[in-house]
Amino acid sequence: MSVISHAVGTPLDRLDGPDKVKGAAVYAAEHPVDRPAYLYPLQATIAVGRVIALDTAAAGAEPDVLAVLTHRNAPRLASAHDAELAVLQSDEVAYRGQIIGGVIAETPETARHAAHLVRVTYAERAHDVALRPDRDDLYKPLNAAFFCRGGGELMDGSPADSAVGDVDAALAAAEVRLDATYTTPINHHNPMEPHTAVALWSDDELTVYCSTQGVTLSRDLLATVFGLDPRRVRVVCPHVGGAFGSKVYCHSYAVLAAMAAQIVHRPVKFALTRRQMFSLVGYRPATVQRIRLGADPGGRLTAIAHDVVVQTAKAKGYAEQVAVCTRCMYAAPHRRTTHRLAPLDLPVPTIMRAPGQAQGMFALESAMDEMAIACGLDPVEFRIRNEPGVDPETGRPFSSRHLVDCLRDGARRFGWDRRGPVSRARREGAWLVGTGVSASTHPSPRFAGNTTTIRAGPDGRHTVLIAAADLGTGTWTALTQIAADALGVTVDEVELRIGDTALPPASPAGGSAGIDSWGTSVVETAGRLRALIDSHHGGVVPPQGLEVTSDMPDNPDAAHYAMHSFGAQFAEVRVHADTGEVRVPRLLGVFDAGRVINPKTARSQLLGGMTMGLSMALHEQGVVDPRFGHVVNGDLAEYHIASHADVGSVEAYWVEAEDPHTNPMGSKGIGEVGIVGTAAAIANAVHHATGIRVRDLPITLDKLLRQPVVEE
Amino acid sequence: MEITLRVDGQERRLVVDTRTSLLDALRERLGITSPKKGCDHGQCGACTVLLGGRRALSCLALAVAYEDAEIVTAAGLAEGGDLHPMQRSFIDHDALQCGYCTPGQIVSAVGMLAEAEAGWPSAVSADPDADEVVLDDAEIAERMSGNLCRCGAYVNIRPAIAEVARR
Repeated sequence: MSVISHAVGTPLDRLDGPDKVKGAAVYAAEHPVDRPAYLYPLQATIAVGRVIALDTAAAGAEPDVLAVLTHRNAPRLASAHDAELAVLQSDEVAYRGQIIGGVIAETPETARHAAHLVRVTYAERAHDVALRPDRDDLYKPLNAAFFCRGGGELMDGSPADSAVGDVDAALAAAEVRLDATYTTPINHHNPMEPHTAVALWSDDELTVYCSTQGVTLSRDLLATVFGLDPRRVRVVCPHVGGAFGSKVYCHSYAVLAAMAAQIVHRPVKFALTRRQMFSLVGYRPATVQRIRLGADPGGRLTAIAHDVVVQTAKAKGYAEQVAVCTRCMYAAPHRRTTHRLAPLDLPVPTIMRAPGQAQGMFALESAMDEMAIACGLDPVEFRIRNEPGVDPETGRPFSSRHLVDCLRDGARRFGWDRRGPVSRARREGAWLVGTGVSASTHPSPRFAGNTTTIRAGPDGRHTVLIAAADLGTGTWTALTQIAADALGVTVDEVELRIGDTALPPASPAGGSAGIDSWGTSVVETAGRLRALIDSHHGGVVPPQGLEVTSDMPDNPDAAHYAMHSFGAQFAEVRVHADTGEVRVPRLLGVFDAGRVINPKTARSQLLGGMTMGLSMALHEQGVVDPRFGHVVNGDLAEYHIASHADVGSVEAYWVEAEDPHTNPMGSKGIGEVGIVGTAAAIANAVHHATGIRVRDLPITLDKLLRQPVVEE
Repeated sequence: MEITLRVDGQERRLVVDTRTSLLDALRERLGITSPKKGCDHGQCGACTVLLGGRRALSCLALAVAYEDAEIVTAAGLAEGGDLHPMQRSFIDHDALQCGYCTPGQIVSAVGMLAEAEAGWPSAVSADPDADEVVLDDAEIAERMSGNLCRCGAYVNIRPAIAEVARR
């Protein structure tokens, strides 16, 4: 059905803004519970082996310690099938930092102190944490879809490999060739709100206030692990203090909190410390990516190959879709992508904002810049010249694709025409100045599993119920706008309730599918409600009110169209000629994200993605110590994320283009496309400024200083 | 031990451990959750409060040491039902997303404006001895860099602060 738009498209202020600026919005740790006990975890200090002895006497003897939980006394879980959630079910240690116990006490200070009194003896085995593409144990993933819950070979359900034509022959015959390897490190999400679970049992019912991107998924996971009917588990999370993927699946801490609450018969609070987050909540896995391109003298690609080695954990497989972006980006008759996993003795990776796309597009878009130079073409023109008419590997039409418009409009806004083709040609004082471009893309799917209830009152007010999530993404506001238009009322007449499994189920906020999925469900239910009012109630809501519940319909177009968001990002960098310091005074992106529901919050999401992309380009790297198997820089002073002073001007625009196939709103995903390509745009600008090609993120000053520079 | 804290104009008696940080005293003992715990290490700024009018990291302060101090949180900046101009400006500029760093950003910004008003220079001030601080974008960025925002709202936060600074 089509929806007449009044609220949608309006830059409405964030409805949760007044609460958030006062600090009154309630996050997981802040839900008031009666007499909470506090948990501090014990973490393994070896990478691989077994716990053979635990001396908990001193900890247990501390005043106000309620219990010391270890694998010896932990409740047996109903399902230990998921290695990540099977907390304290054996003495095995699969990675350094793994939970091996917890101390529960009356106060957080006591719990923490007592945890340090526990003495652990291990039988250690040799570990291996080195990501190398020449490892002899690389394997092709299998059954890895949706955190190994589905059947596809990669996390997103795609096949691990794809092939069209004869890449090797086409590369051999190509007039212009590129063969380059790009590497990306471990990145950590570091949302500002640490992962937290507050668990309480009453009779056989479990309630968890949990910082999660999807209360329904969290409830289902916990119900499975504890062998409970999902109706006896309630997960509540009205506000999430940032997540970026790390709060979709990782719930070992929630399992531990629920176990602890079982043992002490009281509510238990478990808020991770920042350092604990570096081993317990997942991370973006490191990659080694080889890209080969072949082109004809006119700058048309004849062959594209993208071969990926990406790390996973031995504890539990995770297969990220790093080269999937390459399957949809550029036309070329001969093409191939492959993914192989390197199993390491490290914590379990997880999705992080634009999983796979963020690393894959750094490699592909850096290679495109190198190839444009090799062909003697402007990088914007080179991309436009290789724009495909249909999805290059499936032959399906795109539901909408305005990448060329984004490139052209971005170039105009950025002043790209003032750029000279020669690198290391512009110097202002001690600073070398350059500019670069990259394309962006991210799939724009809808997820199943959404149901909405709408209650209409005779006073014109409507209550809209769906267990959606707001991670800062603007759901409270944008979904209210969608509901208002679908119901034909004003925003003031809609009361939205989200973030609670007492509401109808919803898919998680992930995969850039949140608003597109929940909004479709809301529009469907609103349509049915209005039809019911018209058909059975003469167009008037009866005095007792009316309630309609309905599932989200499938999208018949999903099988026939390739659905993706796109974008073009432009960066200006300044590199200090003596120190190698890199500054980014300017970032500008133009995006194709379908119809924009709320221009104000949408713009913020895009700016935020680009800012995180800048951080990925210049700062972020989880440094693994091969001797001990842990990330050594596990806090915000050593793992640097972009701060105010790192970020200059950032601008985000979009093409006004509704997508006719994705959903009734005509919107596409907006939460992830902003981070895709930013790192490549900056790396390409660094090359333009200095003549130095950095193929290994992050672009730190040592990589610019140790390279010989040829003055042009 | 039992102490009295003055928070947002109200006196509160409470029992704390000598190890209890001011942040934990506020959040876990008094249920005042406007200041947020992001790192508990003085590295993120989410717990920023005003102590005697100056911005301070409550995670690095021990509660027992602040018996007589005047503590103001973001909740206390709003008078009655009215938001502080800085809070209003944050909403107008959409200078927040998840909202978790936001109370700290706002308290820090209010404290920072007072520092600038008093003529305190920053690392990017051209003339440290100048009587007047001109709060351009670079000055605000430098002075606010103790407050991290992972959602990346910086380019909205700085104009939000600049607008209040101009008044």
